[in-house]
Amino acid sequence: MTQHSQGRQPSNDPSPASTGDAGATQPKSQSPPPAFAGRVAVSAGRRAFERIVESGMFLAAVSSVVLTVGIVAMLLWESIGFFREVSLGEFLTGTRWAPTFEPSSYGILPLLCGTLLTSAVGLTVAGLVGTTLAVWLSEYASYRVRETLKPILELLAAVPTVVYGYFALLFVTPLLQLVMPNLPGSTALSAGLVIGIMIVPYVASLTEDALRAVPNSLREASFAMGATRFHTAWRVVLPAAFSGVTSAFVLAVSRALGETMIVAIAAGMQPRLTFNPLEPAQTITAFIVQITGGDLPRGSTPYRAIFAAGLMLLMLTLVFNILGHWLRKKYREAY
Amino acid sequence: MVNASTPAGSESSRPAPSTPQQRLDTLPSMQQRTGSNARGGHDSGGLPKGEGSASDASQLPARKALVQDLNFFYGSFQALKNINLPVYDKRITALIGPSGCGKSTLLRCFNRMHDLYRDSRYEGRILLSPEGVNLIGPEMDPIAARLRVGMVFQKPNPFPKSIFENVAYGPRLRGMSKKSDLEAEVEKALRGAALWEETKDRLQSNAMKLSGGQQQRVCIARALATTPEVVLFDEPTSALDPIATQRIEELMRELCERMTIVVVTHNMHQASRVSHFTAFMYLGELVEFNPTSKVFQNPDKKLTEDYITGRFG
Repeated sequence: MTQHSQGRQPSNDPSPASTGDAGATQPKSQSPPPAFAGRVAVSAGRRAFERIVESGMFLAAVSSVVLTVGIVAMLLWESIGFFREVSLGEFLTGTRWAPTFEPSSYGILPLLCGTLLTSAVGLTVAGLVGTTLAVWLSEYASYRVRETLKPILELLAAVPTVVYGYFALLFVTPLLQLVMPNLPGSTALSAGLVIGIMIVPYVASLTEDALRAVPNSLREASFAMGATRFHTAWRVVLPAAFSGVTSAFVLAVSRALGETMIVAIAAGMQPRLTFNPLEPAQTITAFIVQITGGDLPRGSTPYRAIFAAGLMLLMLTLVFNILGHWLRKKYREAY
Repeated sequence: MVNASTPAGSESSRPAPSTPQQRLDTLPSMQQRTGSNARGGHDSGGLPKGEGSASDASQLPARKALVQDLNFFYGSFQALKNINLPVYDKRITALIGPSGCGKSTLLRCFNRMHDLYRDSRYEGRILLSPEGVNLIGPEMDPIAARLRVGMVFQKPNPFPKSIFENVAYGPRLRGMSKKSDLEAEVEKALRGAALWEETKDRLQSNAMKLSGGQQQRVCIARALATTPEVVLFDEPTSALDPIATQRIEELMRELCERMTIVVVTHNMHQASRVSHFTAFMYLGELVEFNPTSKVFQNPDKKLTEDYITGRFG
């Protein structure tokens, strides 16, 4: 019975369809050429539009490249001027950074130290809290909790960094001083902690996306072996999402290294060659802010030092980006 | 290869090409005995009565698991309706039926996979021999159930780790950490999955780089490494080519000498080739459970016959 009806349908269907087609086309136009010409006219207009759109997009793409090249060129140009007056060796190995004092000294190491120190504290916080939060959101939380919490978390990323800076200076530091009474009023520690809080949303959100992208079949495989939720998350899902998690961390590193307001406000503008987070510190970005706010003449050596320091920062971020790219490529999984 | 060349519908009422027949015959005395007593034992509700008579017990293989009055719900939707089904020890039981009939749902009850998702509810019992624990009882820890009941999935799903780490996953979970113990266990499992010769020189390479059939055998080895009492196969060959399919089927026949296997399959030739018992399900209900030869040659129910002859489904 079923075979009969199936057999009939194909043989019946085409005939009404074809007669319908014939009936529809005949009254419209007897000969095909006009319809054909019309189509060409439409496509010519569309082609012009397409070309405009395409060149517009190409311009947008080019402008981003031009801007990047321009920024690097400007940094290099001013830095070359700087390195005519201060040797590269002194810049890279000097342990005292004092551009505005007499005798002036341009050793970048203290600034580098401060930058790495606050970033390390921040990344530790963001890594621990952000990853834990992401694992919880992705593997434990119910759909409703996740969909409520994630937007709130992303809102945290919208808080201006100035606010974070004063939060570090007026809340976190006093809090730390309750535990450690000898703590100075501004430290790398409190700035780093608040940098961490600031980048938690980035790390958590991106890591959660990466974990979600791990196919459910892998979770089921792990659970079917008798694994717990924790074991599955830790041993299967997180490693499988490694390349995505790396992306999250690369972004976090860039944010931490480049963070300016928090460190300018809360870390204390004192360049010191130390890896002790309980001391005040100055980062590369904080130095740039300090000099920019002052009234140094354009073209003077301390003014040019801004660009050399900026170049240093760019190199630093570049290194971490390349490292992240390499890790991502090495551990990329295709499912 | 066989299943690809002959369409499912052509099997009709004169089924079971000679090979499965022979394979079934090689099983010790099962064919004749179950064939003869099947009618009496299985007609009512399609399974032997709870205790069964003494003669029944001596003629049928020992029972590994018993599904009793099983109802399963996804939210308010009842996916399984009053399922009663024995699973015999060291035999292969095939679950067949059209898409959406609940065969995978039933399979996933055995290792409590439904517990991973919200709004799933079991009623009834799945008793696992020898001690008769209820796998779906609220007092049963799903993890404890999964430690005894392994599973192989439809799509090969090896972890993105090395072959060694894939197979060692289960033993590690059970607390094995000594390298030599793990190596021995991995070798045993890979040999069991007929994969040792192909992979012994590259145990450290990523399992995702293997072919589909090899990946599925890694998954089988992974399940074997925990020495499960029952292994569930959820359409294990539907993503594989005919040659890989044949290897997996041969492997299942080998494995059933040591463990109990339940397999869901869309491929009726596979069910007839591989299994000793076949359960036909339709719309969440168990229509018929009988020895495979009986289901394919002389089914009790008209519905079963219609399905296996390709009239619907």
